[in-house]
Amino acid sequence: MSDTTFTLVVKRDCPTCTMLVPVYQQLEVSRKLKILTQDDPSFPSPTAVDDRSLEQSFRLDIETVPTLIKFAAGAETGRIVGWHREEWEEFTGVAALGPGLMPSKPGCGALNVMPGMAERLQVRFGDSGMSAREISVNELSDPVEMAYERGWSDGLPVVPPTPERVWRMLQGTTRQPDEIVGLIPPDLAPCTVEKVAINGVMAGCKPEYMPVILAAVEAACLDEFAMHGVLATTYFSGPIVIVNGPIAQKIGMNAEGNVLGQGNRANSTIGRALQLVIRNVGGGKPGEVDRAAMGYPGKHGFAFAEREHDSPWKSLAEQRGFSADESTVTLFAGGGVQGIMDQLSRTAEGLAHSFAMSLQTVSHYKLAFATDAILVVSPEHARVFRQDGWSKQDLIDKIQEITKKPGSEIVRRSDGNAEGMPEQFANADFSKFRPGGLNIVHAGGTAGMFSAIIAGWVGSGPRGSVPVTVKINE
Amino acid sequence: MSQQLTMLDPTNEQSPVQREALPRPKSLEGLTIGLLDISKARGDVLLNRLESHLGDLGHTTKRYQKPTFARPAPEALQQQIATECDVVIEALAD
Repeated sequence: MSDTTFTLVVKRDCPTCTMLVPVYQQLEVSRKLKILTQDDPSFPSPTAVDDRSLEQSFRLDIETVPTLIKFAAGAETGRIVGWHREEWEEFTGVAALGPGLMPSKPGCGALNVMPGMAERLQVRFGDSGMSAREISVNELSDPVEMAYERGWSDGLPVVPPTPERVWRMLQGTTRQPDEIVGLIPPDLAPCTVEKVAINGVMAGCKPEYMPVILAAVEAACLDEFAMHGVLATTYFSGPIVIVNGPIAQKIGMNAEGNVLGQGNRANSTIGRALQLVIRNVGGGKPGEVDRAAMGYPGKHGFAFAEREHDSPWKSLAEQRGFSADESTVTLFAGGGVQGIMDQLSRTAEGLAHSFAMSLQTVSHYKLAFATDAILVVSPEHARVFRQDGWSKQDLIDKIQEITKKPGSEIVRRSDGNAEGMPEQFANADFSKFRPGGLNIVHAGGTAGMFSAIIAGWVGSGPRGSVPVTVKINE
Repeated sequence: MSQQLTMLDPTNEQSPVQREALPRPKSLEGLTIGLLDISKARGDVLLNRLESHLGDLGHTTKRYQKPTFARPAPEALQQQIATECDVVIEALAD
């Protein structure tokens, strides 16, 4: 027993710790005992080691006080927590401990694992793996204002990315902080998981959103998506995040009422996190590489989930080759939302006509193949297609059929205006959308015979941007 | 456990931690020059001389004054100078 030592961790605020003072005195007589105190350096005696910084408690991984740890030759050989007389006597080899005390009493939570403290200690004393440049905030400065001054904000307040918040965000992924997610347009700057987490914090995300944000960032880096062009265009577009699969429900994304609106944290912040990554890591800012003539409010961030549980159709992800139990992000270069009202059609054929007539005006009535679109079909409209047994593809085919026009009708200078298809297409027939250019998502609340068009970029297609889908790794 | 607040840099860290000053104009030709008196003693002497020299050189100047040197310029004054001037010369010390 000569090289056996004991370390005891206590706090004055714990009634069990204070009750056991006579026991500590008994042990100190016969055992090498070091007492670490978490809150009061004079407790239980002035010889106690002051651990108000909680560094030693953190390193010893204390969860409960009192914790009594036994060391032999410097290595831990066992630990007990709380008070149970027989256990303490056996553990220490000292008999008749604490005569007159109750035989057992549970301990209290240690200060180092209090909510909020664990991450602070992890950042301070642990190996957080974070390496981003630290910027000190003068104690009289407002960190939110500092973020504005440094150009980190999209115009809305950002959550200050403190190391503690970023560390917590990093717990939302199994990926290492220094792993490169991709080269972010427009500057093609290497973006680490840590930088994604920092921008996720600023956007207001929760750690559990990290897998979705990471997939969205990966998708934005894909060459087919052409994020640089989507950003640099004078048109309206920005990246729109559509989430499919089980993760949407797990993290509480909204696929139902007000699906394209405000009020849901995941919907409101995931798209914003992507846009902040493009702004801050990629260097893409309005007035600089972002040359949008007008933009649209969705460029603050636009994310939503497909309503899958009662959809009559395969999900967008399934249509794009993924299975129903996989979670995915589909990125679409889109602009604003245009509503379609049809409260009277009760047949799939009739609704398809309403959709087609509205979709014909995307970007311009006389432009075909130029602009992709997402058609967001509400449950009340989707019910009609379920009744008539139409698949998404049936609906897409019908819309393409209805919108098919002779080139002579939509060529430039026809119909009294200069815009339209170039002259060489005058003798061909055109549907509105290029093959694959129209996609359908089921979403929205159960009341309202309205659907929505999310118009794409005028640079849609393989020479510009095509929708991309990336699997979310949870 | 009090500690100074730090934030982690969300950018690609290509720019310095300290904010950079705006680029200086290569010439004062055609620019409106604000002359800001911060209400510290004898700042007006310096600004009067500058105003006279700049006027002799054909430059347009405008005079402004902060209510007190002890505080930042009121927002309205900052906005007025930003709206009316291209550059500003501030007389700091007495």
